[in-house]
Amino acid sequence: MSKTASTSWREFLVEALIRVMGFSTIGFVLLIFLFLLREGLPAFFLSPLSNVFGTHWYPTFNLFGTLPLILGSLLVTLGAIAIALPLGVTTAVFVREVAPPWAREVLKPMIEVLAGIPSVVLGFFGMTLVAPAVQQVLGVPTGLTAFTGALILAYMALPTLISVAEDALDSVPMAYRNAGLAMGATQWQTIWRVVVPAARSGILTAVMLGMGRAIGETMAVLMVTGNAARMPLTPDSLFQPVRTMTATVAAEMGEVARGSTHYHMLFAVGIILFVLTFFINLTAARAMFEKRRRGGLR
Amino acid sequence: MFGPLRFPDRALLRGWCAPQVILRLGFSLLLFGLVILLSSCSASGQARTSGGQPGTGQTAAPAQVGEKDTIQDIGSDTLVNLALAWAEKYMGEHPEVRISVTGGGSGTGIAALINKTTDIANASREMSADEIASAKKNGIEPVRYTVARDAIAVVVNPENPVGKLTLQQLSDIYTRKITNWQQVGGDNRPIVLLSRESNSGTYQYFLENVIRMGKKSDLLFSPDTLLMPSSQGISTEVSHNPNTIGYDGLGYVTAEQKVIAVAHDASSPYVLPSVATVNDGSYPISRPLFMYTPGQPSARVKAYLDWIANAGQATVTELGFVPLKGGQ
Repeated sequence: MSKTASTSWREFLVEALIRVMGFSTIGFVLLIFLFLLREGLPAFFLSPLSNVFGTHWYPTFNLFGTLPLILGSLLVTLGAIAIALPLGVTTAVFVREVAPPWAREVLKPMIEVLAGIPSVVLGFFGMTLVAPAVQQVLGVPTGLTAFTGALILAYMALPTLISVAEDALDSVPMAYRNAGLAMGATQWQTIWRVVVPAARSGILTAVMLGMGRAIGETMAVLMVTGNAARMPLTPDSLFQPVRTMTATVAAEMGEVARGSTHYHMLFAVGIILFVLTFFINLTAARAMFEKRRRGGLR
Repeated sequence: MFGPLRFPDRALLRGWCAPQVILRLGFSLLLFGLVILLSSCSASGQARTSGGQPGTGQTAAPAQVGEKDTIQDIGSDTLVNLALAWAEKYMGEHPEVRISVTGGGSGTGIAALINKTTDIANASREMSADEIASAKKNGIEPVRYTVARDAIAVVVNPENPVGKLTLQQLSDIYTRKITNWQQVGGDNRPIVLLSRESNSGTYQYFLENVIRMGKKSDLLFSPDTLLMPSSQGISTEVSHNPNTIGYDGLGYVTAEQKVIAVAHDASSPYVLPSVATVNDGSYPISRPLFMYTPGQPSARVKAYLDWIANAGQATVTELGFVPLKGGQ
């Protein structure tokens, strides 16, 4: 009797502890969000909105136009996804549908190792090797461009993209493949016309999560994109330097005077970045919901 | 009909649909950013402190010496190596004194001065009127000491045939009125502009004295200017890319960069930066480097600053800076 009582007492204690831990995580996250709002929102009052969404980012002259930074981030991220999507999906198709089991056993851990490379290492690699190569091959004035950043970011988004896309392919029922093959379709036709379309919402989620990874990346981008706060409006902007939001915050936060307009402005950039990533994740989640409504097909 | 669920990740995938989880994903991204941010702040400070010779103990051990005996010296990245060298030498001569040197930029040092968290703020520019006003609001009357002089060298790739430019040409290049090296007597190549980050004192000085040529105007760096996060970034890009032009403190120029001779105007002589040309005033882009103290310094800090202005000047030349004439 007393033994059971002490067991249940211990049970209760452990459960309570785990619960407190769980809730405190949410609590910390909320506090961080509140801190971000507290530090960032004043920027929108300290500086007129036409300035905040202007086209010139010269923080030492009170010109806080975030538009070049937002467009810069978007350009690099979209470029990265445009490169990573075909690579990632075909890799996932190969690993899941084509590769023999032993190759899969080798490839999967290798892809996970890819995710473990520190971004500063990739940044250094990009600065000393990729940027000069981009400059020579494309004949552009400088190799520190949005395209170079997109290349490095594509590389960083690939592991996420491949694993999630692969899981999506994996959850396509075997019956679909068998049905395709039974109707006389080749393996390629089955993959391309049946399996991939059936997994498209999962692949979309993979893209969105890869995008979330890319837009928040800082160090590598800071080192390879050149950080020129120009408006990327002309078609050749992909091959020109850009300045992203993350790089701006990382480069300038270290030296900004606490409490100044510039300081609040950098937190405001953080809020904008947060809102963007939030919407990206929301889109990813919505893709999941829609597919569920269509009858659980992934 | 749909077959068994074979993958453990399936549960994870489904988990992403829940709204709390979406929120958490967003928050965790944010958290990630903040952590990077915080670590980059502290890293830039700490890395610099240990950037000198390890084991000489620039950072004090408060348990032995006591907090009050440590002189805090924070600020300019241009000055940080020089300040470290001074601190080491001075501590060698005066073992009872502890000096802790940290970089981070002129803005960081001045902010620390205003917040009363440092004894000395290193600055490669003068304090702005705003900064002096906020210091006074905190009851601090900053006192300025000139500790050395620095030439700002304009650098290009060694392949570039251009070897001399006037201030007007430099201004036109950095405001994109001149966009091709041909226009200043070089090859037919586009010009790529490199600069330090906008919060560095060097950026401010270059803007006011080269781009605006010391006059009141609203000229700015072209938006096409690449802002490099470090001196290292500038030297890497300049040594790789024949299209580039950059600038940095003379002490930071490496062998893979070619230094440009600069003239006040087309009729005056083109001068290369050196100790001699800075001291006789013929090199046009040189500036004083400062240390600020919050109010009149204590005897201990005063003794250190006096030592810098006299015995310390020998170290200045070793590090590629220009010593003060006759110990100001």
